[in-house]
Order: sequence, then C-alpha cells, then structure tokens
Amino acid sequence: MIPELGHFALILSLCLAVTQAVVPLVGSYTRTTSWMAASRTLAWGQFVFLSISLIILTNAFLANDFSVIYVAQHGNTKLPDMYKISAVWGAHEGSLLLWAFLLAAWSVAIASFSRNLPLEMVSRVLSVMGMISIGFLLFMLLTSNPFDRTFPVPFEGGELNPMLQDLGLAIHPPMLYMGYVGFSVAFAFAIAALLGGRLDASWARWSRPWTTVAWVFLTLGIVLGSWWAYYELGWGGWWFWDPVENASFLPWLVGTALIHSLAVTEKRGAFKSWTVLLAISAFSLSLLGTFLVRSGVLTSVHSFASDPARGVFILIFLLVVIGGSLLLYTWRAPYISGGGRFDLISRETFLLGNNLLLSVFAALVLLGTLAPLIYDALELGKISVGFPWFNKMFLLTTPFLALLMGIGSLSRWKHAEPSLLVKQLRVAFVISLLFGLLSLLPVFSGGNWLVGLGMGLAMWVATAHLVNLRDRLKHKHGFAGFWVDFKSGGRSYYGMLLAHLGVAVFIVGITMVSNFGYENDVRMSPGDVSEIAGHEFLFEGVNQIAGPNYNANRGRFQVTKDGEHIATLEPEKRTYFVQTRPMTEAAIDWGFTRDLYVSLGEPLGGGDWSLRLYYKPYVRWIWLGGVLMGLGGILAITDRRYRTARVRSAEAVNTAGVAPAVSGR
Amino acid sequence: MNPIRKKRLTLIGLMVAGIGVATWLALNAFDENLMFFFSPSEVAEGKAPTAHPFRIGGLVETDSVKRKPDGLTTAFSVTDNAEAVTVEYTGILPDLFREGQGIVAMGQLNQDGIFVASEVLAKHDENYMPPEVAASLKTAHDDGVNKMQSQVSVQ
Repeated sequence: MIPELGHFALILSLCLAVTQAVVPLVGSYTRTTSWMAASRTLAWGQFVFLSISLIILTNAFLANDFSVIYVAQHGNTKLPDMYKISAVWGAHEGSLLLWAFLLAAWSVAIASFSRNLPLEMVSRVLSVMGMISIGFLLFMLLTSNPFDRTFPVPFEGGELNPMLQDLGLAIHPPMLYMGYVGFSVAFAFAIAALLGGRLDASWARWSRPWTTVAWVFLTLGIVLGSWWAYYELGWGGWWFWDPVENASFLPWLVGTALIHSLAVTEKRGAFKSWTVLLAISAFSLSLLGTFLVRSGVLTSVHSFASDPARGVFILIFLLVVIGGSLLLYTWRAPYISGGGRFDLISRETFLLGNNLLLSVFAALVLLGTLAPLIYDALELGKISVGFPWFNKMFLLTTPFLALLMGIGSLSRWKHAEPSLLVKQLRVAFVISLLFGLLSLLPVFSGGNWLVGLGMGLAMWVATAHLVNLRDRLKHKHGFAGFWVDFKSGGRSYYGMLLAHLGVAVFIVGITMVSNFGYENDVRMSPGDVSEIAGHEFLFEGVNQIAGPNYNANRGRFQVTKDGEHIATLEPEKRTYFVQTRPMTEAAIDWGFTRDLYVSLGEPLGGGDWSLRLYYKPYVRWIWLGGVLMGLGGILAITDRRYRTARVRSAEAVNTAGVAPAVSGR
Repeated sequence: MNPIRKKRLTLIGLMVAGIGVATWLALNAFDENLMFFFSPSEVAEGKAPTAHPFRIGGLVETDSVKRKPDGLTTAFSVTDNAEAVTVEYTGILPDLFREGQGIVAMGQLNQDGIFVASEVLAKHDENYMPPEVAASLKTAHDDGVNKMQSQVSVQ
C-alpha cells in the first residue's frame, strides 16, 4: 500500500508540474499577479510530493520491501543501512527520482531566495523549471517507475552492485546530479530572459550565483567520481576518457565557460547572446550526459544494462529541449543589444579566449565521444576513439588556457595597457620559465618537455596570481591598511584566486603522476620483496576473512624505505554473497607527495598471487586542485555584492516599470 | 577602414586562425587514434588489419583460458559462436573476466594470427553485453541460421 502512495505522489507532482509550467507563464503575460505568485506555492507543492516519493522509496529499502521490483533488484537484507539508502539512487529508476527531487529542490531554492527578483522573472524561471520537471516525471511514470510491484514477492533481494557499495560512490551521484540539475537553473534564467526579451546585466547578475553553485557541485561530483575510480576499481587510474566520464566533463567545460562569460555580461553588458547560448548548451549537455549513461548506446566501462525505449524517450526530450530553446533563441537573438566596446588587449578579450578554448575543447571531446555513434549510423564501421587522442586534445588546449588565465585575471576591463601588463608579469614569466627549464635537468626529468611545460605553466598560474594579489594589497601601509586592502577585494575576488590556484595544483598533479608514476604488475610468492621507486614491498601472503555481506582474501604487505618501516598494506579481493563476483579493494598508503598503491590480481597457485604495485607521486594534488576550485566557487557566491546588488537591480527594474527591453550599457 | 572595425577584424582573424589550426591538428590525430572493431568471424575472414591495432570482442570460450608459466600471461579464445580467435594478454585481467563472459580487447594481430592484447575490458555489470559484441553474436547467429536454411533448401 505504501509504495502506491509513492507512485500516487509522483502523479500528483506531475499534475503540479504541468500547472507550474503553464499558469505562472500565462500570468506573466497577462500581468495577473496571483497567477505569477502561484509559481512559488506550486514549486513547494512539487517539492513536498517528490520528498514523499523519495522517503517512501528509501523506506522500502530500509524495510526490505521486496514486493517493489526496484528494491528487489537492488536491495538486500544484509546490506548495511547506509548502502540501503544509497541503493535508492544506485540504479536507473531511483536515480531519476533523485533527479526529479533535486530539480524540485532547486525550484524551491529559487522560490525562497528570490524575494529581490521581479515576480515576472521568478514566475518565468519557475515555469521553465516546471517544463523540465514534466519531462522527467513523464519519463519516470511511462518507462521507469521505481514503485512497480512484483509477484510473487522474493524472499531476498538482488543486492546493490558491490562496486557501488562505497561511501565515495554513495555521495557521488547526488553531487553530480546537483550539478547537472543546477544547470537547469542557468538554463531557466536564460529562457526566461529570452521570453521576456530582457537580456541585460541584471539578468546575468541574478543567474550568476546560481550557475556558480551548480558548477561547484559538478566540480566536486567529478572529483569524487575520479577519486572513487582510483581507489575502487583497483587499477589506479583516475580518468579514462570514458563516454560516461566525458558526459560529466562536457557540461563542466561549457559550465566553466559560462561562469566566465556571465562575468563579462554582468560587468560589461557584453557577450549576451553568447552567454545565453552557453547556458542552453550546458544544460543540453547535462541532458545528453543522462542519455549517454542511461541508454547504453556507447561502450563504456560504466555501462549498466539498460533499456533502449528509455533512450528513445530521452532522445525525444533532448530534441524538444534543444530544438525549442534554439528556436526561441533565433527568434529573440536579433533583439539582443550589443555590449560595451572593448580593446584588443583587455580582460574581455582574454575571457573571450578562455571561452573559445573551453568551447573548442568541449567540441573536441564531444566529437570523440559521439564519433562511435556517428560512424555506426553512417555504417562506416564500429570504432572507438583511443584515450591518447583525448590526451592530445587536452594538451592542445589547456596550456593556452593556463597562459591566458595568468594574463586575463590581471588585466583591466575595456582597455589594458600592454606595457603595464608586461611590467607586472615579467618577473612571474621569468620565474616560470626558469622553473620549467629546471625541471628539465637530468636529476629531475632528463629533458622530458611535458614535465617542463607542466611545471612551467603551474608556476605561471601561481605566480601571476600572486602578483595579482600583491597589487591588490599594496595600496595602504601598516597592518590596518593591509586589512582595508584585504577586505576591498571581496569574496568573489578571493574565490577567483583560490579556484585559479586550484588549477595550478591540478596541473602539478597530472604532470607528476603521468610522468613519474610507476606501475608494476608482478607475480609474488609469500616472502618475496619487490622494489618500486625506492620502496620495498614485502609480500607476507593472503588470508581468508569474513565481512558483513562478503568473504574476502586479504593480502598483507610491509613497505619499507631505506630500512625504515613505512606502512602495512592490506588489499582485499572480495566475493559478495549475492552477486558472486570478485571485487578488488586496493590498499593505499596515501601521502601529500605520493601514494603507494597495492591491489590483488588473481591467485596463481601455491600461495602465489599476481599483484599490482603502484607508486603515484602527487596524485592527490589532482583532486586537491579540484577541491580548491570548488571552494573558490563557494567563496565567490558568498560575496555580499550579490545580495546588495540584487536589491539594487530589483529596485531599478521596478522603477523602470515594464520596459520591454533594457538596452545594454 | 576605421580603427574599431580593424580591431574587430584582427580579433576575428586570430580566432578563426586558432580554431582552424586546432581543428586541423585534432582531425589529423583523430584518424591515427581511430580503432575499428572486428568480430572473430571478420578476423577469420581476414578483414581485420594486420599492421594496425584494432578491437576485438566476443565471449570468452569455455575451457580456453590458459596461463603461461611466467604467471602473468594468459591465453584464451574469444568467440562469436561461429569463429574463435586466440588472444594473449600479459598483466592482470579485470575482476569480471571469466569464461562465458563478454569482453572487448584492444591490441594487434601477430604473424601467427594470435591477437596480442594491450588491454582487456570486462564490464561493471554482469548482465551487460558490449553493444558490438551483442551485434556480432547476433550476426553470427543469423548467418548460421541462413546457412542452415540454405542447406535445407538445397536438400
């Protein structure tokens, strides 16, 4: 009976979504205040009913209600409670419910934190969110209802995929989804602005913090996913250019371009059409990501069994969203006014460069990801694009991004004096060049130009931003003066610094781990010692142990360096009770400058095992860089400028009345 | 030509040149890194390249997995239920690798017609079949059915 209530709540949510899509939108044209105001209530209503659905599904897992097919497939009485909860979004139907729920949560957030926005704008934004919600709820109710029942009721459930029984992966999908769904807010703002014909600086100011929040979630979600792959898949890789990873990376690239382009639109009123296009693209790519993950059309290490009918639905949904929004765009774009003028050497130009590079990179990744589909459709053969190609494309674009980052953040809007830029940056440039050359010395890399490039660029990004910070703090003397200078920056400024510093840290991480990492697949007998990168691994053998819902072989290693004991590592090979297949649990001794990584391969008889022994220098810096980017984003959205600015712009709009289009300045 | 237009043209020129170079480099590298997929039947027919790496996929034939004395090299047959190709791989196989399971391997044919794999992929989900493998199994099955039917009609 209870699961039916969950199903019923879904249907009610759909009804509310339809109302939310239609009524406020009509109200915004007929200027009916009550109809527009209904958008907030409706968003809350949807949120309440979707919460009920989500709670009921979670409860079904906790109560082992195997009469629900979804629970019977992915739940199990022996599953620890935490993984019973994460099993809710561990597979297709539940992850869709989570998606719809998060969409409703974002809508409620807009409804609550938009008191300073004109009602007309709020109602249009929420109406667009309602339309997206209709798509997802219909998808769920028509093709993938998580509350479907089964009879006879099985005694025991199928269990969550053991690979997903992990804390990192329990929170990875919700984070990623918050990012994906969050871009729907940027999208909704853009569409609402197009509908109202009011694409101005204040629109950019409203949607900027929302977009940044979504970007932060996506960044952290990707970092978590990469970290999970590293320790859970048991072969020490952290990025594979797999279609599913690309599916999250594409919206990230375009989203990164979007937050930078929004900055230009807010501050200078320029790039408006471009910003709108990016907002549409970021969300479309999020949808495409769902399509790629859920339809199973692409070969991927992540592919889970799936149903083509769902793929067709998402494809149609995708066509409606992209087609509809682009139609609206082509209809409205001619009315978008141009922005402020700027010189060839100005912050605008550098940000334009950043946008171009990010978009080109995104386009290339998209090409590489979809090429197998295109070749197949044209019957040119079944192909795959090797990850060396993606790495090349990364190397083709990111060095320029890093170069521009150093100059761009230091240059002024509208017009930057080249001689001043040269004066400010020459020290940073010389230091970076020397640092890059130094890393080419035989003691370090012995002329590996990739190391020189990576280290030089990381130094460049770091020193250029230090110069930037010094300039910001040099005006006043004494501690009090320093404090005044410090506060003058504003949190969004420090957020930018932190995020860009994260890029430098990230570059160090990938440069070091790709060029100095050691990977060794070996066969070892108990008592054998194997040495990599100065560390000696003594293999003590393998024991049987029992876990809560699995049995395992646990290996034991003593690692020493120069005769000194460093760590005891215990990698496991688990066999879960229900889905009887082996799972590798790597053992990692983590450190700030290096990871030691051991995982078990297979028993080779006589106590011998095939083993993976890895040495991963600075691998943590990759994720640390990502986390710093995310923290930078968080710092930026807490800037009080947004709150006060929003009040001001709302007043400005209200006093301007219902001017159809405020031209850019 | 006024200075603003000149500036704008310079900017657009730079952008077009940059994107042009990037696209040229990208497409050049693209062809090199393209890997085609061949089923065991296609390899048996000699359709697969001998000097270029490609991907092969199918089911790991039952009782075909043999380990070489060095302990790290494994040889096994990949089949689409019509033809089989011997694959050799040195290293640790993925957790889900087992007989009867669908896999995809990347590598190159050597002179003896053995496929030397540089990478073997098995999937996260045991119910999952790589689409290429599913398609090649189906083709092989259909061919088999057609062959039998034609034999029947000849008789």
